[in-house]
Amino acid sequence: MKISVNVNGTPREADVEPRLLLVHFIREVLNMTGTHIGCDTTSCGACTVLLDGRPVKSCTVFAVMANGRDVMTVEGLEKDGKLDRIQDGFHQEHGLQCGFCTPGMMMTGYSLLKNNPSPSEADIRWAISGNLCRCTGYVNIVKSIQHASQKPAQ
Amino acid sequence: MEPRTSPEIGGMGHSMKRKEDARFLRGQGKYVDDVKLPGMLYLDIVRSPYAHAKIKSIDTSKAMAIPGVLAVVTGELLKQYNLHWMPTLMSDTQMVLPVEKVMHQGQEVAAVLATTRYIAADGVQAVEVEYEPLPVVVDPFKALEPGAPVLRDDKPGRTDNHIWHWEAGDKAGTEKCFNEAEVTVKQDIYLPRINVASIETCGCVAHFDKTDGKLTVWMTTQAPHAIRTVFALVAGHVGLSEEKIRIISPDIGGGFGGKVPVYPGYVIAVAASVLTGAPVKWIEDRMENLSAASFARDYHITAELAGKKDGTLQALRFKTVADHGYTDAAANPSKFPAGLFHIATGSYDFKSAFIEVDAAYTNKPPGGIAYRCSFRVTEAVHAIERMVDIFAHELKMDPADLRQKNFIKPEAFPYKSPFGFEYDSGNYAGALDLAKKRIGYDELRKEQAEKRARGELMGIGISSFTEIVGAGPSKHYDILGIKMFDSCELRIHPTGKAIARFGTKSQGQGHETTYAQIIAEELGIPAEHVAVEEGDTDTAPYGLGTYASRSTPVAGAAGAMAARKVRDKARKIAAYLLEVSEEDLDWEPGKFSVKGSPSKSKTIQEIAFAAYTNHPQGMEAGLEAVNYYDPPNLTFPFGSYICVVDIDKGTGQVKIRRFVAVDDCGNIINPMIVDGQIHGGLTMGLAPAMYEEINYDADGNIQGGSLMDYLVPTSMETPAWETDKTCTPSPHHPLGAKGVGESATVGAPAAIANAVVDAMWHLGVRHIDIPITPPKVWKILMEKGVAE
Repeated sequence: MKISVNVNGTPREADVEPRLLLVHFIREVLNMTGTHIGCDTTSCGACTVLLDGRPVKSCTVFAVMANGRDVMTVEGLEKDGKLDRIQDGFHQEHGLQCGFCTPGMMMTGYSLLKNNPSPSEADIRWAISGNLCRCTGYVNIVKSIQHASQKPAQ
Repeated sequence: MEPRTSPEIGGMGHSMKRKEDARFLRGQGKYVDDVKLPGMLYLDIVRSPYAHAKIKSIDTSKAMAIPGVLAVVTGELLKQYNLHWMPTLMSDTQMVLPVEKVMHQGQEVAAVLATTRYIAADGVQAVEVEYEPLPVVVDPFKALEPGAPVLRDDKPGRTDNHIWHWEAGDKAGTEKCFNEAEVTVKQDIYLPRINVASIETCGCVAHFDKTDGKLTVWMTTQAPHAIRTVFALVAGHVGLSEEKIRIISPDIGGGFGGKVPVYPGYVIAVAASVLTGAPVKWIEDRMENLSAASFARDYHITAELAGKKDGTLQALRFKTVADHGYTDAAANPSKFPAGLFHIATGSYDFKSAFIEVDAAYTNKPPGGIAYRCSFRVTEAVHAIERMVDIFAHELKMDPADLRQKNFIKPEAFPYKSPFGFEYDSGNYAGALDLAKKRIGYDELRKEQAEKRARGELMGIGISSFTEIVGAGPSKHYDILGIKMFDSCELRIHPTGKAIARFGTKSQGQGHETTYAQIIAEELGIPAEHVAVEEGDTDTAPYGLGTYASRSTPVAGAAGAMAARKVRDKARKIAAYLLEVSEEDLDWEPGKFSVKGSPSKSKTIQEIAFAAYTNHPQGMEAGLEAVNYYDPPNLTFPFGSYICVVDIDKGTGQVKIRRFVAVDDCGNIINPMIVDGQIHGGLTMGLAPAMYEEINYDADGNIQGGSLMDYLVPTSMETPAWETDKTCTPSPHHPLGAKGVGESATVGAPAAIANAVVDAMWHLGVRHIDIPITPPKVWKILMEKGVAE
C-alpha cells in the first residue's frame, strides 16, 4: 500500500506491507532510529511517538493507519539547533541514564506539557505510567518534566 | 568531600552534566538494533513449547518455500562444525541448538535466516517440529531426590541432578556455638527467579567478511573483550582467530548483569554470518527475553542465627539449594560457584559462621546471573537482614538497637570476616543514625504504637547492608581464567586535550562523564576536553567489563593510575622547561610551579605541547600511559535504609509511605550520577520485593513471560526516594571510591520486607517471601482474622 505520512513536518511517502508496524516504518523505512522498541506489546512505551499530537505506542499501530496523518518523533523535538525545553529538562535534571526509554519518555512529557502546562508531581507520574524506565527510578524524570514546565514552550 | 578542582576543570565532587546526553536526547544514540548494513539478513528463532522433550523431527520445507527465507539453521547443521554446544562461564555446557532434546520452555530449537525481519518471523511459524514430551522437573528439591529423572543424560556417567556442593566457614565451631546458644532462630527464605528486563533486549549484528576473514560483531554485551576471547577459544577450530575478531558494544540500553553471558542467539547469528558471508541481525523480542535469558536468583535458603538473650549475635548458619536451570551458566568468578554469597555475615561481628550451597539442574532456562548485584550478594544480604529483624523481634528488642549493638565498630576496620573477607572501611552506626534522624525514627515508633492500638497496620523496616564490589584481586578472581583486572589507555594530545580508553562498557552509568572527571581530577585537564571511549575491542585496552559495580573500583582506579603515570612524565618535562629539579616542583591540578616562586610555572597544556615539540633529549616524545589495575582488595560500600509502610486491611495492599536511603560509597566522583544510580537501584530493589517473579507450573510452563505478567514497576508504584550520604573512603582505592551502582538493589528488598513483617509481627507473622503481593498479604490478614 502506498502511504504518505507527515513526519516531523516533512511528507514521507512509501509503499508498505499492510502489516508493517509504524515503529518499523519509522526505524527501518525512514531510517530514523531514535524511536526504540522494548516489548512489542504496548507495555514499555519506548516506541512512543505523537500521532496527530497524541502519544501512541508505535509498536501497536500499523503504518497504514498513519496515512495522511502527522507523526512527531524524538528527532522532531530540536528546532533550529536549539533543544526543546523537554530535552533540556532531562539534561539538567539527569532524567536519563542508558537513554533507551528516553525518546518515548520525552514524547510523553512533551505531550503532557502541551495539555497541562503546570502539572503536579502526581499528574506527571500518571502521565508517564505507560513508559517504563529501568535506570532512573523515575525521580529525576519527574524533576525533568517539572523543570521543562517552568520554561516557555518553543 | 569538597571538590579540589574548579568547576571549569570539573574533577571529583562536581555534579557535571553528562556528556553522553547530547546524543541520547536527540535520538542519536547508536544501539545494536540501529546498526544497518548493506545486504543484512535477519535471524529469528524457533523456540520450544515444551520444558523437556525429545526432538523427533524438524521439517523446514514449508519455511524454505517462503520467498525470502534463505536458510533454516538446526543443531544438526551446527554439529557438522562442532558448534551445537558451547561452554558456559562456569565451565558447564549449554546447547546452541539441540540435536537430541530440549531442556526448557523457550529454548532455541532452530533459526530462520531471511531477507527481512517479517519474513524471518513467517519462517519461524512455518518450521514444523515434532516433539516427544519427557518428564519435567521444576522443583530443585525434587530434582535432588533419589530416583529423579536425570536431566543431563548428555553427560556420560551422570546419575543425578546435583551440580556441585560448596561451603565456607567453620562448620564445627558454628555447630558448637549453636548448641550452646541461649537463643536461636531459624527461617526458610526463598528468593525467587527474576529477570533483569532491561528495556533494550539482547541482540547482535554479526558480519563475517569473507575477503579478509574478519568477524565484526555489534553486540549487547557488558564485557566485549572477554567475549572476543571466548569466541576465539570456542570457534578457533573453524578458523576464527582472535586478531580477526572485533566485538563492538555500542550504546547499551541497560545491562544489570543480563548482558554478561553468551546466549545461543549470538552464536547462531555468528555462525549464520560465517556460513553466508552476509551480515546477520538477531534481536530478541520481549517474550523471548523474559522466557530464555537474563535470569537471576532462585535461591532457597534455610537461615539460622544464634546469640545471647541480651541481643548479642554469635553465630550464623545458612543451608541453601540453588536452582540453576538446565545448565550452570551463572556469571561468577570461577573459584566461587555461589559467587560472593559468603558476604552473609553482613555488617555484624559474628564469632563463627558456616554456609553451604547445593546446586541443582531443573527444566528451566539457565539462571544465576546477577540482577544488578555482585554475584549472589542480594541473596546473602536479604537473608541476614531478615534474620537480624527476626532475632530482634523474638527478643522484643528494637531492630535498630539490636543492629547498633552488633555492628562492626568503626575502629575494627580493616575487619576480617568469619568467611575471610577483609572489609576495607565502614561506619555502620553512623549511617543508621543518619537514616533514623532523616526519617524521624522515634516519632514513627510512637505513631506505630498508637496505630496498633487502634488496629491499624503500620510497619518500619531497616536494612543495614554491607556490599562487596569491585572484583577483583587477581589472586582470587578470574572469569574463565582471565584475571579480573581492568584497564585505561590515556593519551594527551599536543594541545593539552586527552582521549582515555577503558576496558569496561557503560550501559547507562555515565562513564563518558565520570571517567573524564577522574582524568580531570588527576591532571587538571578540563573534563569537557577528555574524550572517553570504550566497547570496541579493536581500540580499547583489554578489560573484564562492567558488572558487579566494578567500573569505578577497578577501571576508574586504572584511569587514576594512568593519569599519575602521565603526571610523573609531565613533572620531568616541567622540570626541564623550568630548569629546576623535579623535587623543586609543586603540583596543583593543572600545573607545576617552582617551590617558593609560584609565578614560575608550567600548565599541563604547556607541558603537553612540549612533549611533542620540545621534549628533553634522551626522553621519549609524547605523553601517554597505560595502566592495568589489579585491585589489592574488593571494596565494601554500605548503607542503612529505612522504609515505612501502611497496609490496607481491605485489599492487602502495601503502601510505601516513605523510604530513606543513606549510602556510603566512599569518595564520590559525580554526586548527581551517584544519586541517579541509587534511585535506579532502589527501584530495582522495590521490584523483586513487591512485584517481580518468574514462576513455572508443574509442566515447566513459564508464568510471567511478558510485561503484562512480569510487573516492572512504573512511576505509579515507585516511591519518591529520599537519599542521603555518609562518606568513609576506601583506604586502598587510589581515589578513595568504592562503587555504588548496585548497593540499593542489594539493600532495599530487606528494608521493605522487614517493614511489612514489622507491621504484622504482633499478629504472629514472622516472615513473608518476596515478592510481597497484595494476594499474599490479604491471605495472611484473612488467616489472622483482621482482614476488613
